[in-house]
Amino acid sequence: MKYFKLFLSLSITLALIVALNSKIGQIPPFGKFLNPFTGFWQNAENVKTWKDEEANLDGLKEEVKVYFDDRLVPHIFAKNDEDLYYMQGYITAKFRLWQMEVQTHNAAGRVSEVAGEKALESDRLQRRIGMQYGAEAAQEYIAKDPESKKLIDAYCKGVNAYIKNLNPKDYPLEYKLLDYSPEEWQPIKVALLLKNMANMLSVYEYDIENTNFIAKFGEENFRKLYPDYWAGDDPIVPIGTKYETPNTKHETTAKLETRNQKPETYANALQKPDEINGSNNWAVSGSKTKSGKPILCNDPHLQLSLPSIWYEMHLVSPTMNVYGATLPGSPAVIIGFNDSISWGVTNAGRDVRDWYKLKFKDDSKNEYEYNGAWLKTEKREEHYKVRGGKEYIETVLYTRFGPVVFDENFGVAENKKFLAMRWTAHLPSNEFKTFYLLNQGKNYTDYTNALKTYTCPAQNFVFASRSGDVAIKEQGLFPIRNKATEQGKFLSDGTTSKDEWTDFIPADVNPLSVNPERGFVSSANQHPTDSTYPYYYPGVGVYEQFRNRSINKILADGKEIDVEFMKKMQNDNYNLFAQEVLPVMLSCLDMSQINSAFKPAIEKMRTWDYYDNPDSKAAVYFEEWWSTLRDWLWDEMLDPNNPMKRPNQVVTIQLLQTDSTSEFYDIKATRQKENRNETVTYSFQLAMQNIMAKYHHPDSVTDWGTHKATRIAHLGKQEAFSSLNVYNGGNIGIINATNATHGPSWRMIVDEGSMKAFVVYPGGQSGNPGSKFYDNMVSTWARGEYFETNFTHPGDELRWKKLFTGTYKPKK
Amino acid sequence: MEEIIYWNIQTEKIIMKNFIVSILLIAITSLLLQLYLPWWIIAVTAFAVALFIKQNSFMAFLSGFIAIFLLWTVYAFILSSANENILVVKVADLMKALTKGSPAILYLITGSVGGLVGGFGGLTGSIARKLK
Repeated sequence: MKYFKLFLSLSITLALIVALNSKIGQIPPFGKFLNPFTGFWQNAENVKTWKDEEANLDGLKEEVKVYFDDRLVPHIFAKNDEDLYYMQGYITAKFRLWQMEVQTHNAAGRVSEVAGEKALESDRLQRRIGMQYGAEAAQEYIAKDPESKKLIDAYCKGVNAYIKNLNPKDYPLEYKLLDYSPEEWQPIKVALLLKNMANMLSVYEYDIENTNFIAKFGEENFRKLYPDYWAGDDPIVPIGTKYETPNTKHETTAKLETRNQKPETYANALQKPDEINGSNNWAVSGSKTKSGKPILCNDPHLQLSLPSIWYEMHLVSPTMNVYGATLPGSPAVIIGFNDSISWGVTNAGRDVRDWYKLKFKDDSKNEYEYNGAWLKTEKREEHYKVRGGKEYIETVLYTRFGPVVFDENFGVAENKKFLAMRWTAHLPSNEFKTFYLLNQGKNYTDYTNALKTYTCPAQNFVFASRSGDVAIKEQGLFPIRNKATEQGKFLSDGTTSKDEWTDFIPADVNPLSVNPERGFVSSANQHPTDSTYPYYYPGVGVYEQFRNRSINKILADGKEIDVEFMKKMQNDNYNLFAQEVLPVMLSCLDMSQINSAFKPAIEKMRTWDYYDNPDSKAAVYFEEWWSTLRDWLWDEMLDPNNPMKRPNQVVTIQLLQTDSTSEFYDIKATRQKENRNETVTYSFQLAMQNIMAKYHHPDSVTDWGTHKATRIAHLGKQEAFSSLNVYNGGNIGIINATNATHGPSWRMIVDEGSMKAFVVYPGGQSGNPGSKFYDNMVSTWARGEYFETNFTHPGDELRWKKLFTGTYKPKK
Repeated sequence: MEEIIYWNIQTEKIIMKNFIVSILLIAITSLLLQLYLPWWIIAVTAFAVALFIKQNSFMAFLSGFIAIFLLWTVYAFILSSANENILVVKVADLMKALTKGSPAILYLITGSVGGLVGGFGGLTGSIARKLK
């Protein structure tokens, strides 16, 4: 009996320990997670005491000093570049390790190793679009450049030195929550991070969507609703700029011919990023500024997240003194400035990804047709080590047109519709080198030299120098496209070489504007050029139509520009789109149909100043009405079986202005056929009803800032670690392009006159939800305010407040 | 009669003494060992203390429970105070299915999880002691 009691008690104790030490479903291992010695309580960072740190690190060559300022921005002072990047890796890991790893796991299609079965489909997508394949190509290529390899290796060594010395009790909180440990940081991860950016930014093509549209609505409608260019556009390189005719070598050889697309629809297309993804940048010449020196500004609009996509750093070595936004997990500064120059980026949005329909010889898919012959497919086996499940293995086919993304094993099964994807992100490239050279750049020549080899994701690099130059260049590797066949606008034939990429546009003829007469350069994801640019590129539905014009108007009118002017400008909430569309919408309203309770809302919109300011009520009415109208007007394109792209805003305004009976006005969900005025009126009624349902009475409607309720979500989708209901203004198409989930992920103003820079981002330097530096800049960002950076020149006394100092020495 | 009462008082004193000594011993040893060893070492310390200090099963369980409950909650409280409770509020929110968003309940759960393991360790120890 006694032995039985002992056995029972012992069993309960052991069972309890095992249960509390294991992750069960979504529930973290309670014993591990809750005990204050190694569990989450250890991540409750002391808010007051910051101790100086000293360490001897394996692989460091000389002593490195790191000073942390009062926003926890590290200022790294190294005696050589290898040590500089070693410490950049070490310090970044110290504050952002989990983020670095989760982002690269995501790029590599390895999230299911941590999150289990539920992440398998998204992992498969990443592998099938060749993210890992592209990263491997890039890494191989980088390894051929000894200097790049040495510096990237140094960065990885730094990250690994941090991981190696990391006690499990100090693991970032998310590791404890999900119960796993960090792995070694390999150079491939640096390449993966860049592919992650490419997958966010270089995916603006609508081949399948356009093909579907023509199949369903015909070519004539397509021409009308999806123009390459439109009147009143304001490209990056000013209209009227003369371009040299390309030398014949680069001219396309294909003869003019009609596209022989069979009218066929396709069920599979990749989901496109949020429409608001985009950015602003501009630089103003000394002729327009108070100081007589240029001022440069940049704000990249991305999905807002905690930890933030950016990590702010100051890097100093004998070859450079550079400050700005870094990408955690990758060496060098991506957007920033040094003592001589400043630069920033916006996304180019050029079409660098084409889809090809393939024909296989037989079901083995060992061979595919190409110019009347059969070519061998390459097979790549992908392994997914699904946590808590069986390993999943699949074979992805590779062809000269890239990986076969959609076949009977992936996406909606469609008979014989094998779709391969050719993408510049698969090409060998070394983007690190561009940033390394920019970080050390002294002048315009260094800037153009740094950009030359930059491949993907293509960016508009804005530039300003202390010596007075401003410039902007669209840089990336772009396939030469046949204008006659509009190559790349539609699904291409993968059985011939007819639509195949043959060559790329040389970097020196990429769109460029240097010290233009108007005294400024700018970009906001609009067309890089007007239609006289000698190289064809599809312009369907991707190019910005409003922010560019708002920016250029302010800059053209601006005189005696200073930093305060720029701060106001980056936070400008003027809605040019509303100014152009709202009068048309109002004029189409059938007032006899309007519920009298909704009439005050109409009055509010009539007298609106078109600012999407946080305290505006009219903005709530307008934005709700417009989004309802858009959904109904273009409901024909919301077909879940045949993905299509909705026409852009300029086209929409034009249609509303000039055509009152187009077939597209019809609301598919109703039985009768609506015309323009009916759809506009019904959409207004519905929008008001929705507002009523939310706020009980149209008069009690809350303001735009509260209604929009911007959320900065935790990367692991934990609401408790997110910043919710951030109060601010702006929206898509507005310079302050902040909607509910996306917005300026980094705002920077560099004054080349005073060498002062002002920055802010919606997050904090620490990735730890238990740190007061986790989200401390969010409210400053939301208010449109900035922090002056503590940029110093080598040898300067560091006068600013130091939180703590790290001294790192080589291990003997 | 008086002798019996005296004897009872003496026994109760011993029981109390053993109880308090057990709690202190378990808490202190657990504190030291947890700096280096996995969290579940608390079960081993409670077991060992119960093996050496005579207590009935119930008291052995209770001393293990109270010792770890106090150790974990007090240490958690110290860490959280220095953190101005930034994290405890967030984790209470994260686990709101259990805590209803209340940090107080999170402390209670933390203490109870450790307490149960310590308690069962102590209980097992006291049963084992009777076999000697």
